Amino acid sequence: MSKTYYDPADLRKFGKITEWSEALGSKFFEYYGKVFEEGALTAREKSLIALAVAHTEQCPYCIDAYTKDGLQRGVTKEEMMEAIHVGAAIKSGATLVHGVQMMNKVNKLDG
Amino acid sequence: MTKLKTQSLQKRDSHLANSNKQLEILSNGIFQSGELPTFKSQISKTDQFPLKARKLEILQINVGYMCNQVCEHCHVDAGPDRKEIMTRETMQQILDVIKTTGAHTLDLTGGAPEMNPNFRWFVEEASKIGIKDFIVRSNLTIIRANKKYYDLPDFFKKHNIHVVSSMPHWTRGKTDKQRGEGVFDMSIKALQELNDRGYGMPDSNLKLDLVYNPSGAFLPGDQMAMEKDFKKALIEDFGIQFHNLFAITNLPISRFLDYLIASENYEDYMYALVEAYNPEAVKNVMCTNTLSVSWDGYLFDCDFNQMLELPVNSKAKHISEYKEELLEGRNIVISQHCYGCTAGAGSSCQGVVA
Repeated sequence: MSKTYYDPADLRKFGKITEWSEALGSKFFEYYGKVFEEGALTAREKSLIALAVAHTEQCPYCIDAYTKDGLQRGVTKEEMMEAIHVGAAIKSGATLVHGVQMMNKVNKLDG
Repeated sequence: MTKLKTQSLQKRDSHLANSNKQLEILSNGIFQSGELPTFKSQISKTDQFPLKARKLEILQINVGYMCNQVCEHCHVDAGPDRKEIMTRETMQQILDVIKTTGAHTLDLTGGAPEMNPNFRWFVEEASKIGIKDFIVRSNLTIIRANKKYYDLPDFFKKHNIHVVSSMPHWTRGKTDKQRGEGVFDMSIKALQELNDRGYGMPDSNLKLDLVYNPSGAFLPGDQMAMEKDFKKALIEDFGIQFHNLFAITNLPISRFLDYLIASENYEDYMYALVEAYNPEAVKNVMCTNTLSVSWDGYLFDCDFNQMLELPVNSKAKHISEYKEELLEGRNIVISQHCYGCTAGAGSSCQGVVA
């Protein structure tokens, strides 16, 4: 067993999850593949969304995968960083908007 | 002015300047341990071994390794210090072959082919023979490198040369990172000059294609999507037009291999190539219809095999010994670098193959 929780080499083994649950695993990968196909959004736009979500989810495998995916699609580092800021802004906004709940409570209890 | 990105492996006295060392690396490690299948075992699974050469369609001539640039990922290890230059005598032997072969494409590469002192003579003589598609792989900056090259766009036009040029990205930062400071601006200027002569314009017979190869340890994306992005950016930012974009995979040899090892990306890159292996791409790999001729006239299955010093498996080893019947049907010489041409939609000097 590895002494760390994350091993970069494990990303290559992602497909193996199907071995212990063929039907569900296959359905997931089929769905996953479809999602990233060119649609109303370009595959490039989807890649940037995935990169931003990879950061908000703090998934190291996804960060590796979608940084590389972006590079393959010609995405620049400036575009990648801007996408991450979008994720960060939503994350921090989601935290701060709960401040209204705190303010409501304070006003109710001690207003 | 452009600033050289690095030095050739040969000038650095690197052990990787030796092709045997490169072949050792490609055969050992993860391939020797069986962690990854060798290219031979991979193509054997679909009964595609041995790969056989078909009828010759493309004659690719490397007229010398001298170049005004020293790109980080050059598979030729080209640079200003390289002195291997094709002589007029060898060129004459090639002209004699062109007259007899049914190849429809003549593809001149280097180095910077324009730096060969006999380049113009060769183009003029070869043009007289009447090749259907006469390609010169120009790095663009050479056109602006020195006054003696300023008239190249006119020279190309006069001989109806199909210009194919490298352009790693539509942004300055990514281009200069791979090819040297100042390369982007100079390339843009050269492209504008080619456009001024009619090259790359819609409906123009003066063909101008760009070659995209990734600036780092990753595979190229979808060729059509990349072409769309390149066209949009180049027309909007600089008013530049071109015909097609060829997405080419960097093969793990020479300076790119050196880069992969130094940046600790070698194993991951080989995994990526093997995982992207596409048996459909094997059917049309360029070595099956191409012959590569080195600066000293020797024959190879492709430019990559030339750099690895893997000669053709035929009695005819030199252009002076060329006989179609000795080369057609020959077994192609392979190693693990061949995975570079079979990844995803495949890769060749003409872009994707599957």
